[in-house]
Amino acid sequence: MTASTSKPKRRRLGYGAAPRLTPYLFLLPVFVLFIAFKIYPYLYAFWLSLTKVQRGQTFFVGGGNYLRLAQDPIFYKALGNTALILVIQVPLMLTLAVLLAVAFHSGLLKWRAIWRTAYFIPIVMGLVAYGILFSTLLNNQYGLINFALQSIGLPRVPWLGDPFWAKISIIIALTWHYTGNSAVIYLAQLQSISGDLYEAAEIDGATAIQRFWHVTLPGLRPAITLTLVLSTIGTLQLFDEPYVLTNGGPNNATLTVGMYLYQNGFKYFDFGYASAIGYVLTGIIGILALIQFRLLREKAA
Amino acid sequence: MRTAKTPQARTMSLVVTLVIAAGAFLMLVPFYWLIVASTHLSRDIFSNPPNLAVGDQLFTNLGHLFGDTGFGNALKNSFLIAILYALIGGSVCTAAGYAFAKFSFPGQGVLFGAVLITLALPSQVTLVPLFQIMVQLNWLNTYQALILPNLALPFGIFLMRQTMQSVPDELIQAARVDGAGEFRIFLQVVLPTMRPALAALGIFMFLGQWNDFVYPLIILRTADAYTIPVALASLQGVSDTDYGQLLAGTAVSVLPVLILFLFLQRHFVAGILAGAVKQ
Repeated sequence: MTASTSKPKRRRLGYGAAPRLTPYLFLLPVFVLFIAFKIYPYLYAFWLSLTKVQRGQTFFVGGGNYLRLAQDPIFYKALGNTALILVIQVPLMLTLAVLLAVAFHSGLLKWRAIWRTAYFIPIVMGLVAYGILFSTLLNNQYGLINFALQSIGLPRVPWLGDPFWAKISIIIALTWHYTGNSAVIYLAQLQSISGDLYEAAEIDGATAIQRFWHVTLPGLRPAITLTLVLSTIGTLQLFDEPYVLTNGGPNNATLTVGMYLYQNGFKYFDFGYASAIGYVLTGIIGILALIQFRLLREKAA
Repeated sequence: MRTAKTPQARTMSLVVTLVIAAGAFLMLVPFYWLIVASTHLSRDIFSNPPNLAVGDQLFTNLGHLFGDTGFGNALKNSFLIAILYALIGGSVCTAAGYAFAKFSFPGQGVLFGAVLITLALPSQVTLVPLFQIMVQLNWLNTYQALILPNLALPFGIFLMRQTMQSVPDELIQAARVDGAGEFRIFLQVVLPTMRPALAALGIFMFLGQWNDFVYPLIILRTADAYTIPVALASLQGVSDTDYGQLLAGTAVSVLPVLILFLFLQRHFVAGILAGAVKQ
């Protein structure tokens, strides 16, 4: 909590003070909506995860769904795919975003406004729209990308039809879409690093690369922590890109945890199992977010 | 930091600009391809070598799109839902942000903590329960089913709280001393100072709803209720997909947000930053 929320009761002026109920009234709509559409569904999902529906009747099965999940090879495959995309795509994207932000900040770059628009514009495109677009660009026989590869003498790549390349395709699409977003955040953080630090480093004879490691990166740490946690949470929930680009295929090579949840819930209508997947996902996200915060905070200290 | 323009610095500058420009080119290729593909007939899109020039079949494609598939309906649904969502959601989040930023009251810390925690909870967990709730309420295929569940957007509340903290307490106190009611103070004293943040939040929410896919996909079961992303996905799902029509539809879906973006780029950036950098 920030300082302002934990401060002891502010001024008790009879005159010019708000009636006690006022803040609660301002909060009322949000909390009614929260309880109805967030808290209640979350609790309800937990109950569902302990049940099984058979012939229209609901049975309590305790941890049955979770036990089944623990032995489900497809779930492990989905988890592995999601983890693989996570550990390659997120560091790749964040590294590119740091380099972009540094280039934009350096004063070496000409016509900055034009380039900034170009890098930032993919953000506005909806997931379905860019999924469709990339599926035509990556088309094996007629896609623009394979045409470009062939015309410089490289072989065609089976982008969407091969288990390995299908994952690469999703990583490319995600990176195209989200890199600008992180770069904007880094750029703002860079502007808050004091110029004195750079000057002092320069006087001490630090090279440009040393300045990057010892001034720029530490200065960016809060923004990196934040984008790392947000990208991790986002990637663990990955759904739209594989749904539109590869539909989880080929041979479940791009099946993600989010897609598996959706399939169980809305293709097989196994609501209990889908809810159990959701709760395991919540647990994984919670643990990873905690670890990341801890690690980056320790390093900062 | 600015060094004098030595020849070395000039070379560096050229190299950096070229690298960034090459990257920008790659970022823009998909947009150019979208224009190309939506102006060709399906059979001409996939040819070897590919068509790289803009074609003249845009109106044929749009004709198919709006004539055969009810895409006009999807466009109307998407506009109405996204606008209503941004307006109502922006209002409730702003009111909550105001309460958190400018009052101190019992339970404040716990309530704000609850908002922050839901930021990290995966929304997919609520897909099944929300579907069942909407079935019971008989709300499948309705606007309210899409609008209500995400109105209380944790990010929006967080963003407005951050921005509201910069409103001076004295301003609010003075209005109270003058005898203004609490709601009037909010509307006439606080909100007018919040215009950039309100614009950022409104755009953010409009965009989120405009592009939302999974949840509408499960709630909208009939074609006349589809929003644009669901309609596009349904066009892609068929075995003999008409790609000219599909990509023209994709272009139509991107155009409004692209225009919004180009005119209001500053507010877009402000929205991302306000939520991210201040902690």
